[in-house]
Amino acid sequence: MDNAATTSVSEAALAAMLPALRENYGNPSSLHELGQRSSAALEEARESVAWCLGAQPREIYFTSGGTEADNWAIRQLARQGAARGKKHLITTAFEHHAVLHTMARLEKDGFEVTYLDVHEDGLVRPEELEAALRDDTALVSIMLANNEIGTIQPIRALAELCHAHKVPIHTDAVQAVGHIPVNVDELGVDLLSLSGHKFHGPKGVGALYCRRSLRLTPLLEGGAQERNRRPGTENLPGILGMAAALREATEHLEEHMAHVTALRDALLTGIADIPCTRVNGSVEHRLPGNVNVCFEGIEGESLLLRLDLAGICASSGSACTSGSLDPSHVLLAIGLPKEVAHGSLRLSLDAQNTREEVDYTLEQLPRIVQTLRDMSPVWEQMKAEGRC
Amino acid sequence: MAMAYSAKVREHFANPHNVGKIDNADGVGEVGNAVCGDIMKMYLKIENDVIVDVKFNTFGCGAAIATSSMATDLIKGKTIHEAMQLTNKAVVEALDGLPPVKLHCSVLAEEAVKAALLDYYTKKGLSVPEELANAACDHDCEACMH
Repeated sequence: MDNAATTSVSEAALAAMLPALRENYGNPSSLHELGQRSSAALEEARESVAWCLGAQPREIYFTSGGTEADNWAIRQLARQGAARGKKHLITTAFEHHAVLHTMARLEKDGFEVTYLDVHEDGLVRPEELEAALRDDTALVSIMLANNEIGTIQPIRALAELCHAHKVPIHTDAVQAVGHIPVNVDELGVDLLSLSGHKFHGPKGVGALYCRRSLRLTPLLEGGAQERNRRPGTENLPGILGMAAALREATEHLEEHMAHVTALRDALLTGIADIPCTRVNGSVEHRLPGNVNVCFEGIEGESLLLRLDLAGICASSGSACTSGSLDPSHVLLAIGLPKEVAHGSLRLSLDAQNTREEVDYTLEQLPRIVQTLRDMSPVWEQMKAEGRC
Repeated sequence: MAMAYSAKVREHFANPHNVGKIDNADGVGEVGNAVCGDIMKMYLKIENDVIVDVKFNTFGCGAAIATSSMATDLIKGKTIHEAMQLTNKAVVEALDGLPPVKLHCSVLAEEAVKAALLDYYTKKGLSVPEELANAACDHDCEACMH
């Protein structure tokens, strides 16, 4: 139940990849027959990814993953803005680190960054974006769906505001693509990042969508691949696998969403029976497969380890799992006190999960939470104070 | 991070020893901070200067629970003087090592034992031995890291 971390490679993706690892190993830049077969396969993959996003093939640039796509979009648009005297950027406090750390780097380089509040429900308020937009704003970057709490941002409304102010908008859609409908024209975004391994494609491959009316300069220097925008011999097996996985996810999107939503709701209903538990972020505007809850009085890493012993893979925003002193920046951004954020649990479901797995989780989870609470001095104090 | 734990740590985490409380304990020590993510509470039953029983309650990560369990094992049946000599290093060694980011948990375990012993001396109105002089320090988040 940790599909937001990564997913298995689908049969369709594997079948698309294997020939490119075996006989069709040519370099798409080579003029000979072997190379040209690879070049044709690459362009077919581009058309397929474009179709899934409602984009045109020439608006798709393949990358090494979501992180590179985020870095590329933000750094280059910031650089292009700065050349015209625009050195202000807008993002949110709970972006993925690929965005947040890029923004922090740009702040050191003299950019000013506004971090929009995401409130208790994990949602950006359009009027707050409108108030933050300035004449010198070079770019707005707001994620489509949050990776920890799964809240889906009102991107269309945000994009309309950006366009009214003639400011380009980028969205990190890594958690959304393949899981909810994502159409670049309906969203109105100018740039969008995605990552293959989040929807049953392979790791190490992603894409950046960039609207054709926008100029995109390369982040890396080198060869003429990707129409002079992204040098380096293309990761053809990865790209073909990602394209096949995305097509499959897109073609089955409605049925997968219905299945996953039903599982998610069953989990939420079952978890609600555990006392002193809170759901983090809006339930209404949320990815179908995301459950993020805090169990007060216990710590997330020990919960994860106990779940692991029971054969359940999950994730937590506790400091212990982040390797730092502070719990998840996402949970702190929605206003959770640190002591509560330490007890967070993320279960991320996918079309491959079953009702039996959900039932098993609901059988194990209350028992594990109770065991940990029984040995927790924090829980003891909460009970003594009548807080639970 | 979980995979960096030794088999011994995993064993003490999965089946911790001496979990619980002691009513009318002779010494109780609580260290740590919920904001940092770990709190240990140690209970001692002491007869004729020997720790005849020890229990703990811990809010914290896998390493916090495992170090609590190991520390209680190491002092159970020992004299007060022997328990006072417990170091975080001894706890780490007995657990076949800890990941560097988790070393502070072993420090917390040592401090919990010492805080409980200090409480024993204070309750009895005895003069506090030098080894326990620093056992009552405050714990803020900076202190979590050591």
